[in-house]
Amino acid sequence: MAKFTLRVNGESRSVTAEPDAALLYVLRNDLELNGPKFGCGLAQCGACTVLVDGKPVRSCVTPVSAAAKGRISTIEGLGTAEKLHPLQKAFIEEQACQCGFCGSGMVMEAKALLERKPKPSEREIKQALNGHLCRCASHNRIVRAVQRAAKELS
Amino acid sequence: MKTSLSRRAFLQTGGALVIGFTLLPEAAWSQAAPASLPGSLNRNRMLNGWLRIDPNGTVTIFSGKIELGQGIGTALAQIAADELDVEMKRIEVIHGDTALTPNEGQTAGSQSVQDSGTAVRFACAEAREMLLSAAAAKLAVSAADLRVSDGTIAGPGGATASYWELAGQVDLKREATAQAKPKPASEHKWVGKSISRRDIPKKFTGGAAYVQDIRLPGMLFGRVVRPPSPGAQLASVDEAAARRMPGVVAVVRDGSFLAVAAAREEQAIKAREALKKSAVWKESATLPPSGDALYDHMVNLGVPAQTMAEKTSATAASAARTLEARYTRPYQAHGSIGPSCAVAVWEGSGDGRKLHVWTHSQGVYPLRGDLANALGIEPAAVRCTHAEGAGCYGHNGADDVALDAALLARATSGRPVKLQWMRDDEFMWEPYGSAMVMKLGGALDAQGNIVSWSHELWSHPHSTRPGQSKGSHTLAARHLGKPVTADPVRDVPLPAGGADRNAIPPYETPNLKVVKHLILDSPLRTSALRTLGGYANVFAAESFVDELAAAAGADPVEFRLRHIKDPRVRAVIEAAAQRGGWSPGAKGDGSRGRGFAYSRYKNLGCYVALVADVTVDRKSGRVRVTRAVAAVDAGQIVNPDGIVNQIEGGIIQSASWTLKEEVKFDATRVKTRSWADYPIVRFDEVPEIEVVLLNRPEERFLGVGEGAQGPAAAAIANAIAHATGKRLRALPFTRARVKTALA
Repeated sequence: MAKFTLRVNGESRSVTAEPDAALLYVLRNDLELNGPKFGCGLAQCGACTVLVDGKPVRSCVTPVSAAAKGRISTIEGLGTAEKLHPLQKAFIEEQACQCGFCGSGMVMEAKALLERKPKPSEREIKQALNGHLCRCASHNRIVRAVQRAAKELS
Repeated sequence: MKTSLSRRAFLQTGGALVIGFTLLPEAAWSQAAPASLPGSLNRNRMLNGWLRIDPNGTVTIFSGKIELGQGIGTALAQIAADELDVEMKRIEVIHGDTALTPNEGQTAGSQSVQDSGTAVRFACAEAREMLLSAAAAKLAVSAADLRVSDGTIAGPGGATASYWELAGQVDLKREATAQAKPKPASEHKWVGKSISRRDIPKKFTGGAAYVQDIRLPGMLFGRVVRPPSPGAQLASVDEAAARRMPGVVAVVRDGSFLAVAAAREEQAIKAREALKKSAVWKESATLPPSGDALYDHMVNLGVPAQTMAEKTSATAASAARTLEARYTRPYQAHGSIGPSCAVAVWEGSGDGRKLHVWTHSQGVYPLRGDLANALGIEPAAVRCTHAEGAGCYGHNGADDVALDAALLARATSGRPVKLQWMRDDEFMWEPYGSAMVMKLGGALDAQGNIVSWSHELWSHPHSTRPGQSKGSHTLAARHLGKPVTADPVRDVPLPAGGADRNAIPPYETPNLKVVKHLILDSPLRTSALRTLGGYANVFAAESFVDELAAAAGADPVEFRLRHIKDPRVRAVIEAAAQRGGWSPGAKGDGSRGRGFAYSRYKNLGCYVALVADVTVDRKSGRVRVTRAVAAVDAGQIVNPDGIVNQIEGGIIQSASWTLKEEVKFDATRVKTRSWADYPIVRFDEVPEIEVVLLNRPEERFLGVGEGAQGPAAAAIANAIAHATGKRLRALPFTRARVKTALA
């Protein structure tokens, strides 16, 4: 076990874990963040997506030691129930889920997209989210939510 | 009420019809039977089982139906708010807890609004009436002169009272009578509106929304080590080595059940890997042939035929042309995005030990019974509390992982255990939607009208959920050293049906035969996947009706309407055709095509008609669904956007099943282990969707959650046939299959 100081959602947090422990378990269990989800553990579904230095990474296959150097953002860092980020607001307004299990990964991927491309086309949104699986099939609502947030942010 | 409606629906077809089910529940024949109450009130008859009104100005609704992202909690609050005349914000809904809520069996079959919604509606209407009569007595006025606004009761001359001050005086601990009349639709303030779902905000703000988010003091993390194949038995494993690993608190081995608990989640995963490596399994080739050989095998097993419906006419016109076709559907997976998970803790000691399980099971009461049976304890010693999981679409691993967690937590000295299945646990061990074979036959008279219709099907069971017998239908129960087995399941009886769901066609025909071969022995575990047999039967029947229309030289929509009188059916068909841009006689151009399909889910639920547009790339065999338009009649609409969400999701999910999905296996092992082995639809493949709702405020609620699955599959098949002139009858329509068909 080793001690790591993680920069998560703008705060410094100390954790003790094996260097090869997946960032996902450290975020969920040590830091009690619910946003990133375990979906496959294989970087196939996107439910665990968080941002490291603004780039989307699959936290289920990212060792905590690798993430310790960067700034980590999860959906908890975007906004709160009282003060929603435009992306969170848009997903709620579009009712862009059924079960919602894939949702926070989608939002984080969309965050990264809007950072690098504030006015994406529908095609670009779909391309950016294509590595994320949604089994309830809320795809069209999710695309509309990203479009809505882009409009509000621009 | 349900039975009389279904009876009427069947009698409408006329002639000598034999249906293999009892129309009236047994109790209805008994003189001593209590009066039938609407919806789930009939089995949970006490008013206080459904609602509580508190002096602090809140209302609590108790429902045995659980939230699985379908929005039932919001819909129930809408119904309660209207019947009670209170604001929705005062209402809390508690779902599925064996210590708190009514037993409403499974949350399945698109029945939550029908059953629970109806019960809540009548219970709240009755409670309102009781509160008003208490207020009338208190204020010495007539109840008819009282008005309610958000729980405040106003009478003549400025007299006021409130639910909250009367709450202590009105005893809801009494049997419902269902005599208080619910409000007419014209007086609804909440029902019929697209109220935002209450479960959504926490899901997008990192709130604790799922069973995976439960954290208890001292909680350990668990993993299970499943056999490598359905027929495998554990011969040996180095448990001691795993126990020595960092963080490992317990290793449980009981027969072929093997699980590990550790202080940290990644430690449990590492210990699982180590156990997997050291385990020696005795495997055997128990699985049926795979690929196309599977379907001949299912037919050739020789399982006896049961006639489910039969009608003959001596006076019908003679057949001028007959047609036969065989359709097939592979094993398909629920594929929940989050693998199954449960939290379990044993409290107390010795004989007084009690188990508490947090579960995303669709039925907390049935699960409680099966857990108790597997663990050899009384159901009263088990409490099951529902917490949401990822979308399940039927019977996935939710119930199984609950037993896994309970077995593992028995060895952790009272420390709670959160047991999370890995991706391959879910893909290899969830009960699949059964493979099916459907043989359709039909005859046309000289005018091209249907004079006979037959539908013969072969299938494994579609409901092996907990709660069906004295044993246990949970997975680990059969792996224990002393296995706890279960009696063979029975199929869900008609009129809803299981394997034969929707096998009775909606079309008028003087001669009809529906035959089922239920193959009880299933080497691959099968159970309820959204629609049970309905998806495959509607795919087959609605493909076949297009084939008959083509043989008759008729337009598919006109041909359907020609054989249907029911005005509600005609209305959805006409609405879908109109909005979908149906143009009789339009020809496919070799790559683009348009298809139509219709079904009333279970022949009892919502009516859905659907137009699908496809493009077929003849070179690669790739089929794209570009657009789908659905028309839906779900009776009275509680939450329009909730219905649209279910239908949109249903169409896209069905397109995924239809174009891509098939569980792969060889003679011994399941080969589908990850998303790489089981592709599903992605963002760049989803169609545009339009949903037209036909509201019928004067009609009762009709379940909608599964309505689109069958028609979407058939509309896609019909669109491909329209585009290319080739009829595809074997699901899924993968690139390879389409390419071969077009070659």
